[in-house]
Amino acid sequence: MTGLASPKLREAAPATGRTPATAPGVSQGPPRPRRTALLPTTALVLGALYCLLPVAWVLVAATKADDELFSTFTFLPGTGLTDNIGELTGYRDGIYWRWMANSVLYAGLGGALSTVVSAFAGYALAVYRFRGREAFFNIMLAGVLMPPVILAVPQYLLMAEADLTDTYASVLLPLVLSPYGVYLGRIYAEAAVPMELVEAGRMDGAGEWRIFLRIAVPMMAPGLVTIFLFQFVAIWNNFLLPFIMLGDDEKFPMTVGLFTLLKQGASQPALYTLVITGALLAIVPLIALFLLIQRFWSLDLLSGAVKS
Amino acid sequence: MTQPPKGVRRSYGVEAAPYAPPSSSTTLKRARSAPYFFILPAAVLFALFFALPIGYAVWLSFHKVRIKGLGLGKGAKTEVWAGLENYTSALADSELLASALRVLGYGAIVVPVMLGLALFFALLLDSERVRGRSFARLAIFLPYAVPGVIAAVLWGFLYLPDVSPFHYLLDKAGLPQPDLMDGGPLYLAMSNIAVWGGTGFNMIVIYTALRALPTEVYEAAKLDGCSELQIALRVKIPMVVPSLVLTFFFSIIATLQVFNEPMTLKPLTNGIPSTWSPLMKVYSDAFTGGNIHAASATAVVLALATFALSFTLLRISNRRTTQGAGR
Repeated sequence: MTGLASPKLREAAPATGRTPATAPGVSQGPPRPRRTALLPTTALVLGALYCLLPVAWVLVAATKADDELFSTFTFLPGTGLTDNIGELTGYRDGIYWRWMANSVLYAGLGGALSTVVSAFAGYALAVYRFRGREAFFNIMLAGVLMPPVILAVPQYLLMAEADLTDTYASVLLPLVLSPYGVYLGRIYAEAAVPMELVEAGRMDGAGEWRIFLRIAVPMMAPGLVTIFLFQFVAIWNNFLLPFIMLGDDEKFPMTVGLFTLLKQGASQPALYTLVITGALLAIVPLIALFLLIQRFWSLDLLSGAVKS
Repeated sequence: MTQPPKGVRRSYGVEAAPYAPPSSSTTLKRARSAPYFFILPAAVLFALFFALPIGYAVWLSFHKVRIKGLGLGKGAKTEVWAGLENYTSALADSELLASALRVLGYGAIVVPVMLGLALFFALLLDSERVRGRSFARLAIFLPYAVPGVIAAVLWGFLYLPDVSPFHYLLDKAGLPQPDLMDGGPLYLAMSNIAVWGGTGFNMIVIYTALRALPTEVYEAAKLDGCSELQIALRVKIPMVVPSLVLTFFFSIIATLQVFNEPMTLKPLTNGIPSTWSPLMKVYSDAFTGGNIHAASATAVVLALATFALSFTLLRISNRRTTQGAGR
C-alpha cells in the first residue's frame, strides 16, 4: 500500500520546482492595468468572514454575563468579561490555568522532541544511502496514513501494562514520533542541505554529528520551525489520546478540561459562560502566534513547499 | 509494490555519489553507521507506539476472555483464541453499521464541500485581480489553530436556538426554525464544523502547488487568448491533481475517524447517540462496555475499511484523470 501512496506524496510535495519567475509582476511582460475582479473578490471575502464568524461570536459571547447569554442578541456585547475571567480563574482554585499550562507543556515539549526526531530521521533519509532506507521511508509513509483509531485503544492497554496511564508521559510519548514530521524533515533537508557542503565538511575532517549540527541544522532551520509548529498545533488540538489516557483532571490539557466543563454544563447552565470564556482564552494564544510569525514565516512551508 | 522514493528534488546530483571517497577506513565506517544513529529514535518510537499497538490490537481482536467458575480470584479469567468470532459479531452489530452509515453520509458532504471550497479559494488566492488576498488567506487558515473540541463548542452554541443568529434571522423572517442538532440538519451542522476547520489547511496545500507551477504555462495560454477562468479550469486544475489526490486521501481518513466534534456536541443535544460515529462506538465498547477484544476487532475492521475505501476512490480518480489526460 505504501508503494501506491509514496509516488503520490512525492508528486504532491510541490513547490520544490518553483521557478523564481513566479514573483508577481516579474514575468507578466509589459505592465497593463489590472482591474479588480469584483465577483471573485466578494467570494473570497465571504469565505474569510465565514471563517471569522465563530471567532467573532466567542469574542462577543465571552463578554456576556450569565443572564445575558441566552437573552440578549447574539452579537450584542455584554458587560461581564472581567467578571467571567475572574470567575473562570477562581473556578476550582484556578484549574483552568492548570489545563492551559498542561497544554503548553504537552504541545511545547512534545513539539520540540518531535522536531528533533524528525530532523534526525529526515536528515538521514536525505543525505545518506543506506541499507533499509527505502523500507524505513515506506514504513513512515504507512504511518502517516494509519488511522489513530487502531492505535488509541491498544496504546492505552499497553500503557496500562507499563503502569503509565494517567501520567504526563502517557500523553507525551505516543505523540513524539510524527511520520508527517519525518516526511517534512526529509523534504527540507533535501532542499536546504547541499551535498557539496556535507562533503566539504568531511574533507575538513568533521565528524558526521558535527556536520549535522553545524552545517545541516542551521540550513534546515525554517523547515524545523515548521515541523515544530505543525506538531505543536497537532498536540495542542489533540483530544482523543489524553481523553483516553488521563483520569486525574489536574493533568488534563485544555481540550479535555473544557470538554468536561461543557459536559457538567448540561446540568449546571451557569458553567456555560465559563466554557465560552475558556474557549476564547484557549484560542487566543495560537491565533496570536500565527499572526505574529506570519511576518517571517510562510504558511506554505506546512505543505512541504521549499523556496529555491 | 515498493517504488523507490527518490528525493523530491535531486538538485545537487547526489544520486550517484552518496558521499565523497572517504579519506580513511574509519571515516567510511562512521559514515556507514551514522544514518542508523540518526534514524534510531524514530525507529524505536515507531516500534513502541505504532507497530506494537497495531500488533497488539490485531492479537486482541482474535482473542476473548473465558471465565472459569464464578470468575473470582486470580486466574479465573483467561484469554483464549476466539478465531473470527469478534469479527463476525462486529460486522453483525447493527450499531456499528448505523454509525458507519451516518459517517459515510457525513463524509459525502464534508469531503466534496471542503475540498471544493479549498480548491476554489486557492484559485482565487492565485489570481492577481483579486483583492484582499493576504487577509483572506490568513482568515481562512485561522480555524486550523482552533482545536476540534473548541470548534465544536463555538458552533454548538451557535446552533442553540436561544443563541443562534440563524434562528434569529429565521424568526425575523417568520420562517420555521429547525432543530440544528437532530435528524437531517444534524448532518449539515456536523459537516459545517469539519468544513470550517479543514478548508484552510487544504487550501494552503493546493495554493502551494499552484504557486509552484511554472508561469510559462500561463503565458502561453494567455497569448492564446484564454481567460482567467479558462486558465484555471484547463491549465491550473489539471496540474494540481496530485495535491488534490493527497488532500482527498487525508480528508477521507480524517472524516471517517470523526470523534471530537460529535463527542463535544453530545452534551448540548439529545440527538447524538453515544455511538454516533464508528470511533465513538469503539470508545464506548472499550471503555464503557469494557470489552476490549470486541473493540479491537471493530478498530481493525475500521482501519481496513478506511484503507479499502480510500484506495478504491483513489483508483477511480486516477482512472478519470488518466482518461482526461488522454483526450
